[in-house]
Amino acid sequence: MSDRLEVRKTYKLLINGAFPRSESGRSYEVTSQKGEFLANAAQGSRKDIRDAVVAARAAQAKWWSLSAYNRGQVIYRLAEMAESRSDELVEFVKLSEGVNTEKAKASVAKAIDRIVWYAGWTDKISQVLGGANPVAGPFYNFSVPKPSGVIGVITPQDSSLEGFVECVIAPLAAGNSVIALASEKRPIPAVLLGEMTETSDFPAGVLNIITGITSELAPELASHEDIDGIDLEGVPASFADELAFSAAGSIKRVLRPSKKNQKNSIHRLRAFVETSTVWHTIGQ
Amino acid sequence: MNSVGTDMTENNLPKSKLGSLQYDPAPESAAIAKLKSSYGLFINGKFTDPSKHEQFETINPATEKRLATISQGSTSDVDKAVKAARKAYDNVWSKTTGAERAKYLYRIARIIQERSRELAVVETLDNGKPIRESRDVDIPLAAAHYFYYAGWADKLEHAGFGNAPKPIGVAGQIIPWNFPLMMAAWKLAPALAAGNTCVLKPAETTPLSALLLGEILQQAGLPDGVVNIVTGDGATGSALVDHPGVDKIAFTGSTGVGRLIQQRVATSHKRLTLELGGKGANIVYEDAPIDEMIEGIIDGIFFNQGHVCCAGSRLLVQESIADDVLRRLVRRVEQLRVGDPMDKNTDIGAINSAEQLKRIKELVSYGEQEGATRYTSSCELPKKGFWFAPTVFADVSQSHRIAREEIFGPVLSVLTFRTPEEAITKANNTNYGLACGVWSEKGSRTLWTAERLRAGVVWANTYNKFDPTSPFGGTRESGFGREGGKHGLEAYLNV
Repeated sequence: MSDRLEVRKTYKLLINGAFPRSESGRSYEVTSQKGEFLANAAQGSRKDIRDAVVAARAAQAKWWSLSAYNRGQVIYRLAEMAESRSDELVEFVKLSEGVNTEKAKASVAKAIDRIVWYAGWTDKISQVLGGANPVAGPFYNFSVPKPSGVIGVITPQDSSLEGFVECVIAPLAAGNSVIALASEKRPIPAVLLGEMTETSDFPAGVLNIITGITSELAPELASHEDIDGIDLEGVPASFADELAFSAAGSIKRVLRPSKKNQKNSIHRLRAFVETSTVWHTIGQ
Repeated sequence: MNSVGTDMTENNLPKSKLGSLQYDPAPESAAIAKLKSSYGLFINGKFTDPSKHEQFETINPATEKRLATISQGSTSDVDKAVKAARKAYDNVWSKTTGAERAKYLYRIARIIQERSRELAVVETLDNGKPIRESRDVDIPLAAAHYFYYAGWADKLEHAGFGNAPKPIGVAGQIIPWNFPLMMAAWKLAPALAAGNTCVLKPAETTPLSALLLGEILQQAGLPDGVVNIVTGDGATGSALVDHPGVDKIAFTGSTGVGRLIQQRVATSHKRLTLELGGKGANIVYEDAPIDEMIEGIIDGIFFNQGHVCCAGSRLLVQESIADDVLRRLVRRVEQLRVGDPMDKNTDIGAINSAEQLKRIKELVSYGEQEGATRYTSSCELPKKGFWFAPTVFADVSQSHRIAREEIFGPVLSVLTFRTPEEAITKANNTNYGLACGVWSEKGSRTLWTAERLRAGVVWANTYNKFDPTSPFGGTRESGFGREGGKHGLEAYLNV
């Protein structure tokens, strides 16, 4: 057995439910925290992002047409997949982040538990953020949170899985579709999680994951006119300013990097929903 | 009726008797306004002269006569106002309990109710809107807004933003000219309830009711500096947006200006909410209740001369009833009474400014050039002032400028559809997403439609209804954030 030649894995993008290489044909070397070669990751291009936007726009309508219960089950299914492949996730979190096995295990466990937490939100967000409004007139009036649409997420550079999960699953739970930039130097855990979504009944295109150079790709997410909101968590403050300026071109919803620990907060669910209010006449 | 193409006077409907009815004039008295000749800036609880002594005139758009001389707030005036607001926040307002803040707001609501007739007259003189609307809509809703948010001031921990939600600090608020006093209420009431202090910049063409509000705040005994009102033009607003001492900007106005503000605020710590333009689709299914629907379409586009960001300016009618709806609409438009805004019988008043009238005329001329069929009321327009006769365009297609751009005037574009899916596609085919209407007697179809519309507000079998308990605001390029309801508190809380 020992002289068997190992089958190596290619780490690819996730666009519209498929795993293409970058259309640009580029890849870049990903190393462990210690500098050892880990893998060649696809170096996504602006065109890859534009392709992902087209897929995400179409997929969002499908995702939102599912029942909230069903969306919850799909996200929960992702937690099941991650749990069953957690050894692999632990291995790559450990290598990517340079932490010991114990810490990597704890981080993966937290990430999986967070997926479960958000899975439970899909059918509660309407009641928590919506409600009936007692207007002064013969009208039945209610407000519900609807997803903003297609969200670009620049995920944290340091926290390769936990941070990725926090930033990506929240907008999905709220009914959005997502185009996520994985951590530039630590993309592998995100790529693995992307593979797991494909065995979790996510409609194709609901979650798209692009690996590559953040400074090259983030401006495309910020300026693309068919993206409704952007999460800037994974960029430094000065770059966040530049991207926020660009995002204003199409009046995007912008979530700035959070300063404080908002662990049990639902601000990421609030960030990318639109309160929609319906007035209906009451009469005989 | 001045019609191009088809002769709509030859229709099978009984000729309306209303059109020939003459109404005696029923004018409200302008003397009720008791206007002063000139007004200073309201800073730190006092009316003060502008630092650069620059002034401009506000006129009555229905007569073009001067109403009063107004102060042009400079950058240094804005600075004074922001500093007064900061001082009031640090020393007074942040130490005032919610229950006390509530009582100030209740006082303001009550004084607005007591001075409602005067405020209605001032609003109509300065804005040009019919007195019937300022009396029955603008002023009562402004009072109701303070009354509603007053009750929130000591209940913030129950609003769903955590156990002890904190205010943001100093809010800079820039409001438009279409509902001056009501827009001031939408901005100030939630901000004050949440514990912020404010610098309000009223619109250049409609500053008067905000200045009266300054007096009302004095009467209410509101501590100095908690609300400051700086009148002026775009430069004044720009200075407010850029002031480093402001923690939050709330803006209502055009998408173009909103975009600039979002860009300017992007590199600062400031929080932002935007309530911008719209191109609301009013969807009429073939089973709609016909009489209510015609009135609703009229209200949807001609309320406040169409100077409404959520106006139902695109009518989408199911093909099977399109001819009938158009005939009825055209007949109803002919009956609208256009003229003296101070007359209690007037339906459509004056366009707010020469500039706005120019913009309306320009887009209407594009409507004609691009091949839409125009019907304009044959009503007589006054010689002086800014006027535009109510107009309906038929045969409009999605690509026409009058179907895509916000006209902000009494101009309706009529398009048709066959299936509900087509109605949704057309309604959502816009960069805006503020408000839509749905007309149908079938509840399931109405809710199916409402679910699919990308809009912050959907009115079903009604249009242009507002209430302080009901969140209002847009999606996409119509802006973000909500005004009204508990949702409206989020814009002024550090959450």
